[in-house]
Amino acid sequence: MTARRDAPILEIKDLNISYYTRAGEIPAVIDFSLTVNRSETVGLVGESGCGKSTVAWAIMQYMGNNGAIKSGSIKFMGHELNDLSDEELRKLRGSEISMIYQEPFAALNPSLTVASQLMEVPITHEQVSENEAWERCVQMLSDVHLPDQQRIMHAYPHQLSGGQQQRVVIAMALLSNPSLLLLDEPTTALDVTVEAGIVDLVADISKKFGTSQIYISHNLGLILEVCERVFVMYSGEVVEQGSINSVFTWPKHPYTQGLFGCIPLPTTDKNAAPLRPIRGQLPLPHERPVGCNFGPRCDHFEAGRCDARDVIMEPVVSSDAIGHRVRCLRWNEIDVGVPLAHAKAKPPFEVGERVLEVDHMQKYYEVHDRSIAALISGQSVRFVKANEALDFDARRGETVAIVGESGCGKSTFAKVLMGLECCTAGELRHEGRDIGNIPVHRRSSQQLGSLQMVFQNPSDTLNPSHTVGAQIARAIKKFGIEKEKSKIRDRVLNLLDVVKLPRDFYFRRPRQLSGGQKQRVGIARAFAGNPSLVIADEPVSALDVSVAAAVTELLMDIQREHQTTLLFISHDLGVVRYLADRIVVMYLGQIMERGTTEEIFAPPYHPYTEALLAAVPIADPEIEKREILLEGDLPSALDPPTGCPFVTRCPRKLGKICDQQRPLMQSLPTGHAIACHIPLEELRRIEPVIYVPPESERLHAK
Amino acid sequence: MFVLLLKRIAFMVITMIVVSVLLFLLLEISPGSVATKVLGPYSSEEQRNLWLEQHGYFEPIYVRYFSWLGNFVTGDFGESIRFKVPVSEVLWPRLGNTVILGVAVFAVMIPLSLVLGILAGMREGSKLDRTISVTSIITTSVPEFASAVFLSALFVFWLKWLPGTSGMAEGFNLKELVLPVMVLVLYDFGYVARMTRASMVEVMTMPYIRTAVLKGLPYNKVILKHALRNALVAPFTVIMLQINWLLSGVIIVEFFFAYKGFGALLLEASLNQDIFLIEACAMVAVFVAVATQTIADVGYTYLNPRIRFS
Amino acid sequence: MRTLASFALLRESWVGMIGAGIIVFWILVAVFAQLISPFDPLATLQPFAKPGTTYAKGGIFLLGTDHIGRDILSRLIWGSRTVLVYAPLATFTAYVVGILMGLAAGYRRGWVDDVLSRISDIILSFPVLVLYIIIIATIGASGVNIIIAITFASAPGIMRIVRGLVLDLRNRDYVAAAQTRGESAWRIMLVEILPNARGPLIVDACLRMGYVIITIGVLGFLGLGLPPPDPDWGGMINETRQMAMAFPHMALFPCMAISSLILGFNLLADGLREISLRD
Ligand SMILES: Nc1ncnc2c1ncn2[C@@H]1O[C@H](COP(=O)(O)OP(=O)(O)O)[C@@H](O)[C@H]1O
Ligand code: SF4
Ligand code: SF4
Ligand SMILES: [Mg+2]
Repeated sequence: MTARRDAPILEIKDLNISYYTRAGEIPAVIDFSLTVNRSETVGLVGESGCGKSTVAWAIMQYMGNNGAIKSGSIKFMGHELNDLSDEELRKLRGSEISMIYQEPFAALNPSLTVASQLMEVPITHEQVSENEAWERCVQMLSDVHLPDQQRIMHAYPHQLSGGQQQRVVIAMALLSNPSLLLLDEPTTALDVTVEAGIVDLVADISKKFGTSQIYISHNLGLILEVCERVFVMYSGEVVEQGSINSVFTWPKHPYTQGLFGCIPLPTTDKNAAPLRPIRGQLPLPHERPVGCNFGPRCDHFEAGRCDARDVIMEPVVSSDAIGHRVRCLRWNEIDVGVPLAHAKAKPPFEVGERVLEVDHMQKYYEVHDRSIAALISGQSVRFVKANEALDFDARRGETVAIVGESGCGKSTFAKVLMGLECCTAGELRHEGRDIGNIPVHRRSSQQLGSLQMVFQNPSDTLNPSHTVGAQIARAIKKFGIEKEKSKIRDRVLNLLDVVKLPRDFYFRRPRQLSGGQKQRVGIARAFAGNPSLVIADEPVSALDVSVAAAVTELLMDIQREHQTTLLFISHDLGVVRYLADRIVVMYLGQIMERGTTEEIFAPPYHPYTEALLAAVPIADPEIEKREILLEGDLPSALDPPTGCPFVTRCPRKLGKICDQQRPLMQSLPTGHAIACHIPLEELRRIEPVIYVPPESERLHAK
Repeated sequence: MFVLLLKRIAFMVITMIVVSVLLFLLLEISPGSVATKVLGPYSSEEQRNLWLEQHGYFEPIYVRYFSWLGNFVTGDFGESIRFKVPVSEVLWPRLGNTVILGVAVFAVMIPLSLVLGILAGMREGSKLDRTISVTSIITTSVPEFASAVFLSALFVFWLKWLPGTSGMAEGFNLKELVLPVMVLVLYDFGYVARMTRASMVEVMTMPYIRTAVLKGLPYNKVILKHALRNALVAPFTVIMLQINWLLSGVIIVEFFFAYKGFGALLLEASLNQDIFLIEACAMVAVFVAVATQTIADVGYTYLNPRIRFS
Repeated sequence: MRTLASFALLRESWVGMIGAGIIVFWILVAVFAQLISPFDPLATLQPFAKPGTTYAKGGIFLLGTDHIGRDILSRLIWGSRTVLVYAPLATFTAYVVGILMGLAAGYRRGWVDDVLSRISDIILSFPVLVLYIIIIATIGASGVNIIIAITFASAPGIMRIVRGLVLDLRNRDYVAAAQTRGESAWRIMLVEILPNARGPLIVDACLRMGYVIITIGVLGFLGLGLPPPDPDWGGMINETRQMAMAFPHMALFPCMAISSLILGFNLLADGLREISLRD
């Protein structure tokens, strides 16, 4: 295909896409227009279900059984894609337009080697010989920074780590040097430090190959890092578009502004400047309101005007906002400088006595290796060291966060604490009693009630077979809070009030609830027995940003009110910074660093904390961040390094000593402790990872 | 892989031993009734005792079991009460006949069911899919004895094309094999076809198929290279386990068509309380079943790289 | 409640509707056998009558008579009672045993699982019919024994399915939540886990009902079924199949009856599965 050099690569005009289900037609994308220029990276951001992926499938002309492009045009280098024949499309896919998917493991065929999946691309599109295809693939694997290409070529997908799989998928997409690359949430399934590597690679691609890209993500911070222009979508429509700087610094649409208010940025603070959740929830596609889709959730809603007719995109007239457009009738009437009414500052509270003491707690899992080699060498039983000598405590009313990437032992700790597993060694004292070896069925109902958990997965946390009310009532009864039926019922209703759910949810079944509502019920259930300690395992990570903020605030309000100790498990340093008083950073089952939030976020850093801080994307263009990329992937917990657990990826590794000796905790009198061989004085001299300019120098409307 | 094979074989041996113990207990626990069965109900007390004495039935039960097992392993299954010849003399030729029947059934059924299953599963919900699915539900709903009646009524009674019994009185006759094979295929193909279809449907919705399409591969390559390899793993297991089912079907069909095979023999032995023959037949049947299961398991592992290399 | 709801959804699957229709038809026949059966099923009236023959003392043998002169239609009608009593009973007992085994194996894991799984592996490694023949040949043919044999032979298969479902469901957060509020193991299995496994189990129960009907038919056909003279579809085929070459109607109609009932359950299972996959 040929086109003039300055013509846009992709031009979408007034695209409308619907899915047809038993419930009827679902308009998934409405009046969507977008252009992508040569070597430009355009971001598409929005919460789940807003139609981002649908746009990508439409560009690929792959609408599945029940989807259809209803109207509009998609021009790729001047050719209308909607009119192409199957054969023409086939020639285009994978050679001119390629796609990278959210779940790399699912996207690769489990029963074919990497080589055979890669080589078929040049063989199909350019009819090259097997040998040449092999050469090219090996070259491409090294271009995406995969080491040991020959081994990877011979491997099956399951033999690679998530990060490696995604790099293979990227290599596959780039093999025939496409003009346009679609990336649909390419890092959502990966750990932050691995994500940082992929993001860096993606940013490189357009520089190196001149590829235009459409980057889809729900994460504003990521969009900021990779894109030049951004399209914000809400409920099937673009509500705001423009250059990154313009949109991130002067967001005009109330939804975009709301999103920024929901993200815990380094400038938010749980007491002085709490999150400002957007109320309500995303409308279902077939229940959209008349007029502005955002109307029911908008604080600037004006009856008779906003709900009169469909709102169209208008250009923002301002000298420094070229191409900035917004779908709001009142954009120039809204004064974003004034803080919104419900973002009230909340009083900090005093911490009390120690509620939880973790003392050298250790949890090993036995795994049985039944391979011949293991049988011969007599090593058929091996141990996964899920938790190694954990040491920390938590006081009444305090929030302690446990941070780390997948497999670092966060959830194992939660299980031991809840008595679902017993610890291998050490002690775990709750209100003074060692409970590390008391399994849950031997705990008294009072003990059970005073130590409860909020779970991660909203779709799993409630039993689909029982009503909401019955599930909360059961907890109340089990903890011996109330005995009489009517009293139990009153208490359930009371708890529903506390978590801000309507009382008639008593009779609802979980499938009638949205994710955020289910998490609220989960919180109500956990607080049924007036617990002194609640452990929350990633309670909001599966929720959309706008919903997550509300749930987070709710959890903290209840905690504040009940003086409960909250153990907050998370992989997200942003959230943790926002809500935790103290933080424990874990890696491969061990504590790398612990201290107050201020101590963790300022030097001296543990080298892992430092890398983690650098890896978390921040959705604020005025905040500067140092770049630190970690090599490789997380080692397997079955086979951790002998010395420092972080040694395989540590950019500050000293040498042999790190390989051979486990570093001791270096503690400061304040309680801040770092497990590293580098002396504290030296760590202290490291410059901060994040630089937040002082308020006076900032343009950002805060 | 090797360990798995060893484990499966060990399990096979253990199963066989357990089954042999159970059978032995079930059939030979009371020597008196054994003697009655062997010598007939009108034998005298002394005759029975003499027989029991001669055949070592007054030994403790475990001694008897082990000597029985020893004989069994060396191929001495005892003497058939009904046929009055050593069991092995009737057993092996009968088994041979059943193998012929089984091979014929599989030769027809496997290609038929795989092709139909794949065609149906390739495009879920298409007309072809619905037709194939409903047809296979209907055929699997007709039990062997019923389809035997239907088919004989049609081909033997009305059309008079085929013989109604398959005794092979004048030597092997291909025509006599047609109805038994047809009955078994009719009942069994639907199940395999539906399993293949389900597997294919599932594979076709997998993201890696989407990847293959969006790579620009031609459709036939997507199916042949990316879909089939994954979709045929499940049917492979199903087909191996089908041998176990076939053993049941064979009993009915051989009984109906008077085919001189293993299934008819087993039934005859049970109905006549021919204990040594029952023991031998049951052990053979279980051996076949366990062996195919072993092959199915090992094959499944082999076909599945996710398990093979981990 | 929701089980009922999923049956209500059946309206959307014509395959399932046809299946349900066939089953309801036979249930009605069985319930009203007394009213609709034209003759006494046991009375020997006129041997070898072709279908449609008029009986001298009044009435028509719509489906003919068998070799000893019993009216086939009446026997079919009464025979539906036998199937529709024994098949559900046997399926039910097999399910009770299989579910308890599966729950214990899947939830308790460890040695309980090992023991139960090995036992069922061994039972399942018998060709089904061989197992039935041996059991019935040993304990004798009677209604209760048929139920025992079917339970013995089917429970391991049900256990495997339940175990698989439990292994998946036991890792759900709501199970962990129940554990952390100190529920007993049996309550978790029966109240928290089992209700969520019902979808696949209902589908399987329908399919299994079909197999059980086949089994009862086959046992009758092989002469191992209910002792005569009670009308039993399989037995009717067995008694008359020798004459099938000359009088095909004697075996043909019972075969149609049994096949249609099995078809009903298979179609219903397919419809239910289709619906459960939908949402
Ligand atoms: N195959 C489908 N059938 C019916 N509705 C669908 C289908 N795929 C997506 N949708 C609906 O279309 C809307 C947009 O979905 P999607 O493009 O996947 O959003 P995003 O990628 O932004 O999360 C959602 O409401 C979703 O439920
Ligand atoms: S149009 Fe009205 S309701 Fe919609 S975003 Fe603007 S102010 Fe809010
Ligand atoms: S001990 Fe060595 S490897 Fe470990 S974090 Fe410190 S410098 Fe890095
Ligand atoms: Mg998406």
